[in-house]
Amino acid sequence: MSSKLVPWTLRSGSSALRSCARQQRRSFQVSAASRSSDLNVHRNTSYNNPSIPFQFNEQNEKLIQEVLSRYPSQYKKAAVMPLLDLGQRQHGFTSISVMNEVARILEMPPMRVYEVATFYTMYNRNPIGRFHVQCCTTTPCQLRGSDGVMKAIEEFTGLHHGETTEDKMFTFSEVECLGACVNAPMVQINDDYYEDLTPETTTQLLTALKQAAEKTGAGGHAPGLGGDAGKFEPSGKPTERQMKLGGEGYTAQGATIPAPGPLSNRISCENAKGKTTLLNDPPTAEQILRQDGAL
Amino acid sequence: MLSAPSTTATALRSSATRALSITTSHHNAAQQRRSMATVQDAPASHAKELQDQDRIFTNLYGHHGADIQSAMKYGDWYKTKEILLKSHDWLISEIKTSGLRGRGGAGFPSGMKWSFMNFKGWENDTKPRYLVVNADEGEPGTCKDREIMRKDPHKLVEGCLVAGRMMNCTAAYIYIRGEFYHEATVLQRAIQEAYKEGFLGKNACGSGYDFDVFLHRGMGAYVCGEETSLIESLEGKPGKPRLKPPFPAAVGVFGCPSTVANVETVAVAPTIIRRGANWFNQFGRERNAGTKLFCISGHVEHPVTVEERMSIPLKELIEKHAGGVRGGWDNLKAVIPGGSSTPILPKKTCDEQLMDFDALKDNQSGLGTAAVIVMDQSTDVVRAISRLSKFYHHESCGQCTPCREGSKWTEQIMQRFEKGQAREREIDMMQELTKQVEGHTICALGEAFAWPIQGLIRHFRPELEARIRDHEKRIGPSVAGGWKEGSEKLGMLISPGQ
Repeated sequence: MSSKLVPWTLRSGSSALRSCARQQRRSFQVSAASRSSDLNVHRNTSYNNPSIPFQFNEQNEKLIQEVLSRYPSQYKKAAVMPLLDLGQRQHGFTSISVMNEVARILEMPPMRVYEVATFYTMYNRNPIGRFHVQCCTTTPCQLRGSDGVMKAIEEFTGLHHGETTEDKMFTFSEVECLGACVNAPMVQINDDYYEDLTPETTTQLLTALKQAAEKTGAGGHAPGLGGDAGKFEPSGKPTERQMKLGGEGYTAQGATIPAPGPLSNRISCENAKGKTTLLNDPPTAEQILRQDGAL
Repeated sequence: MLSAPSTTATALRSSATRALSITTSHHNAAQQRRSMATVQDAPASHAKELQDQDRIFTNLYGHHGADIQSAMKYGDWYKTKEILLKSHDWLISEIKTSGLRGRGGAGFPSGMKWSFMNFKGWENDTKPRYLVVNADEGEPGTCKDREIMRKDPHKLVEGCLVAGRMMNCTAAYIYIRGEFYHEATVLQRAIQEAYKEGFLGKNACGSGYDFDVFLHRGMGAYVCGEETSLIESLEGKPGKPRLKPPFPAAVGVFGCPSTVANVETVAVAPTIIRRGANWFNQFGRERNAGTKLFCISGHVEHPVTVEERMSIPLKELIEKHAGGVRGGWDNLKAVIPGGSSTPILPKKTCDEQLMDFDALKDNQSGLGTAAVIVMDQSTDVVRAISRLSKFYHHESCGQCTPCREGSKWTEQIMQRFEKGQAREREIDMMQELTKQVEGHTICALGEAFAWPIQGLIRHFRPELEARIRDHEKRIGPSVAGGWKEGSEKLGMLISPGQ
């Protein structure tokens, strides 16, 4: 036994001594992590962790009931997207607490909610600024000069893709096609589309938004980015307003925000030099009904 | 393009035809202009100009409000009850006669697609049946459904009811893309107005038929424009496409029979029934009938969305409605005729090009959603396509490996092509790469990112080569694969043959 033990002690003892003398750490090379546009995992932070309580407010509770009624009762989880959206509007961003609360309401495993929240790009899983400026740079916009618009935004806000200003006023994202290609280039700011932009009008628009927020005190830390969802009752009356559709601009306390829609002289998607079709009053239904008497 | 690859059978058939036309075209000059399912040599018999009174979307430029009174004044909800009281066979035969083909990109005949819902023994099935309207309009260049939803929402709501009646559906879900917030509010208001008037809900329009319309907002995923992925998303899951079969007509939303149709397809249905199938069929060429919203964007004087007849010559379309190409027709370089996933066409093809499904297919492109993206001579066409590759990389859902990895590779390779940092043989490798992706994915997104690149290589290969040569002249020859010179000495993996 000892004939084996002694050489082993000598051998391992010397190697242990050697390794003591050696530096006990080694460096390893790190290259820049190449992630997709957004990190898909959750990390607890002071502003986003499961112990922060979240509850839907009364108005949203009513909306949730309305939303749930749209789907078959055994498929409650179909409402996960609208509910997450409501939560995001109330809370300002889709925090882990919002997701957990939605999972509780819909009686589905939280992981299924996380899956949805990470899949869709419109759920902001990190806090965003008062104005989320999303500039479209896909080919049709690029052809019409979205590079200039991008540059104007970057110069005005000092931000690059995915960043938020210190005062939480602006968040800037470069996004993919927003579906207003005839009115390119365009940006989406929160829920509103601003179209037919030039670098100059972009800067003017951002200045107006900033001034409006400063004057009215609706600074970057104001909670929730809620639009006018659910506030409208159908009136059934014809709208007199000319269809500069996309929402209304407003003026309050000396601050003016331009109406969403084209910032050129266009109303929507027509030829800027004047309409080429639909010049006259459209025919009524009686005039164009089929002649074979089937109806 | 992605929005309505309606049935795999057709998709397969069309890709088979496509492959056939490509292979034969190299060998046989006589067959070069004709593939199996086209009518290229059929006479352009219906060259009838489209007059204002024949346009369906009369409120395209905001002539009147989007409310129900204005809509009713200009023809919506007129004799809807009488339409609902007709039999579904009669209604579907009207749609079949009208020659309406799906407006979401694939161009599958709508009447036939809708008739799949009334399969044998459907009356004995107690399950609910759904019409799903695909308003997830995300194809770069396309902005037609948006105009319908914010200005003519009642055409869509009534369309849901009428198309739903044809398929004997119990309810319709309109899946609208999340970015269209104001469009969604306008549409929701229209739905509420219709309920208030008793046009929807129990005993819709007094016809004894019950029908509901619901709005569901997406949250920003291009891939949800694919029908099965849209169904997944509607069920509250990540929008990853399902394998077909089973087709949605058998197992769709919530496990019930459903049909997914594009906004424009659904919105034109009531007008077709009211004005008659023959009226709709008189515009456009055979098998490409009707009117269509064209979105003309890019390098034209005045970008515009306009309703025109099918089969209108591309040149006429651009010059008549969009004020022509910037700097004149001769300044044209290329056109993407139907939204980003259709292959690009060079100017020489554009001169004579007719805008319909078959004519564009004959030129190895497609009508898609009829989103015409015009590029003039100043365009960096490689950059334009490279940007589309970035788009598809961003939007790939990550379910199928060829698409998830392929879209990233193509983006990286296109970015090098943009700079010219490549070898000429890499162009062929790129072509092969896209061919490997095509047809090997569950949904059409694989094709969607492969085709623009194939189009670029097909028509603008000299430009790519010139760029590579120029880069070589300025900086020296590039190493294939984007590696730095001398990487192999550092023990890095590098492609053989360097």
